Order: sequence, then C-alpha cells, then structure tokens
Amino acid sequence: MAELNTGDGGGKKGHIRSKKQNAGVDLTAMVDLAFLLITFFMLTTSLSKPQSMNLAMPDKDETQEKPQTLDVSEDRTLTLLLGEKNQLVWYYGLPTAPIEGPEKTGYGKNGIRKEILEKKQTVKSKYAAEPKKQDLIVLIKASKKSTYRNLVDVLDEMAIADVKIYAIVDITPEENAMLKKEEILSE
Amino acid sequence: MAKVKMSKKSTKIDMTAMCDVAFLLLSFFVMTSTAKVPEPLPVDTPASTVQTKLPDADLVTITVGKEKVFFGMIGQDIRRDALGKIAEKYKIQFTEEETKRFSLIDGFGVPVGNLNKLISLTGEERNKEGLQPGIPYDSVDNQLREWVLAARYATKELHNTELKVAIKADGKEEYPTVKKVIDILQKQKVNKFFLVTGLRTDDF
Repeated sequence: MAELNTGDGGGKKGHIRSKKQNAGVDLTAMVDLAFLLITFFMLTTSLSKPQSMNLAMPDKDETQEKPQTLDVSEDRTLTLLLGEKNQLVWYYGLPTAPIEGPEKTGYGKNGIRKEILEKKQTVKSKYAAEPKKQDLIVLIKASKKSTYRNLVDVLDEMAIADVKIYAIVDITPEENAMLKKEEILSE
Repeated sequence: MAKVKMSKKSTKIDMTAMCDVAFLLLSFFVMTSTAKVPEPLPVDTPASTVQTKLPDADLVTITVGKEKVFFGMIGQDIRRDALGKIAEKYKIQFTEEETKRFSLIDGFGVPVGNLNKLISLTGEERNKEGLQPGIPYDSVDNQLREWVLAARYATKELHNTELKVAIKADGKEEYPTVKKVIDILQKQKVNKFFLVTGLRTDDF
C-alpha cells in the first residue's frame, strides 16, 4: 500500500512523468493506527476525578461532660426520618407534639425539597426580629432499612436548599413507630 | 495533453494533516491518561450535586459494598509504613519482597492472616470478584480500626499531615453498615469524611 518513491528504477525507458509521480508516503495506514490508539486511550482513561461530598459529624466524646447549652426551639427543627422503598417521613416540631406532619413523601424536587424550602421560609419570617435564629435546623434520622443512597440524597438536599445547620442523629423507638405507621419500615 | 493529465490526477487525498491531528490527539490522551484501575470491589456510588474534588494525596478510601469493607491507601511509602505497623501489631512477619509487592496494591479486603496469600497472587487473580472476603470490622475483631490507625500514624510521621478519609459506599448498601464504619472512625475522633459520589444536576 505504502508507496515510496525510490528514485528511477526504470532507467532510460522511464518517462519523465513517472519520476514526478509522487514524492509522498501513503499515510493511510499510519492514520489508521493512530486512530486505533486514540480510541484505545479514550476508552481506558478515566478523565474525571470522582466527586466527593464533605460530611462533618458531631464529635462523640463520651468522657467529657458537655454543658447543655443547646437551646433549640421546636419551631425551628424539621426532622426527616428515612425509611425503606425510597421514601421518608418528615415532621416539624417535637416528635410527641409535631406542629406539622408527620407526613410521608419521596426524595427529589417534588418531594422533600418543597417542604425544606417552605419551612426555611417559615422560620425566616417567624424570627424576622432575631437574625441569629433565622436558620432552619434539620435533623436527619436514618432507619435501619434506609440505604446509603437515601442518605446522600438528603445531604444533597441540604446543599441544594442551603440549609446551614443539620445533623445526622440516631433514630428513636418512637420515630421507628412513626415509620411503621406509614408502612415504610418493616422489621 | 493537459486533458490527459487532469484525468490522471490521483484519487488520493493528502493524509498529512489528518495524520498530524491524529497524533496530536494521541499524544494528548497518552499524557493525560491515568489508567483505570480495576477494583476488587466494584461499587455503584450515588450521585450528588456537590462538586468538591476528592483530594489525591494523604487519603484512604474505605469502600463499602455488600456488607464488605475494603481499604485503600494512596502512596507507596504510606502503604509500606502501615503494613509494618500492622505486622507489629498482629505479630506477622513480612519479607522485604512482600512489603514491596504490598506497596503496589491499591486496595484490598482480606483479614490480616490472609495478607501473605493475597500478596503472593498476581494483580489479575487478586481482583477476581468474590476472592477477597473484606476486612473484619465487628467489635470482636476490629481490623479496620487498626488499619485506619496505622495509616493515620504513617501519614503523620511521613508527611506530617492529617489523614483524610473517604467513604465510598454502594448506593444500595443499607445504612447500618455505613453507620458502623462511621462509628469506627468517630471512635478515633475522625469526624470529617469525604463521601465519594457521582455527579448530577439538581433536577431529580
């Protein structure tokens, strides 16, 4: 395939035209090879570095006596209970006497995101006079049957809705009962 | 005369430019590529909208999937040092050759007792699915804790920085498994993690 002009082999008989014929190499095979290698490298490389999400958990120091300084008003806390089947239950206020809820919903923009944004606004307008208390507090409680994807989804909602104060807390038996009532926790 | 020449004008295209482009691209890919490393425990990480890049040094990755836990360190020096510390702790001897081979392993998931056997395998055999049973992490035999501790000491001694911990869990993994791993880390006062995720838009 590749033709190389190796000068005039024809001697006297060769036409002048044949000498002129081509001064180049046929590059087709070379291009083929190059593209083959490109394809190989494109398919084997992982260009994008994996993304990551920062998660800071509260310090669990059991030896140290902690002063009880947490003053959390019930009308600032929204609790999310993650159940199975990609569903969750939310309530606003105390578990024993919720101001709103408990209600079952799903993940994503049509599910929990609406509630979070709504509650954020509620808290903001309620504490309009006290700028320090304007932030909504979200407690995330994952049950035994929830998956890691659910947890990441909820943490992602925190990032999307720009909730500054949130924590992952252990679930209580009362809240497990709440999930069972909504049929998204089986034993 | 002129007519004949015209018709003879070859059907070939000049490939030079195409060749140039092809090789330019080729060299780009060769230089930027980091070969995909086969993982002993493939996991499907969930996606998130947060776009923080994972740090590429002084990091350990704890892979969680199917209730198994795998452990991976970055940097050959850290791996060597951590292995030395583990050997001391569990009173196992590793030869220089074994240490060297271990320093080339990206991630592994075997109990300490099986490490020799794992090291003696070739890379391909090692990554066979189901071969590595995972690192024990229950309260009776908590080897994961020892590995994290060893890696933290090694990082502090060699690089003088805090070790960062990334958790790479399968999306379908049940929360208690992840919680257990987080608890192990929190017992050592590691309270900050990187959760490895994929990428998506907020329209879900």
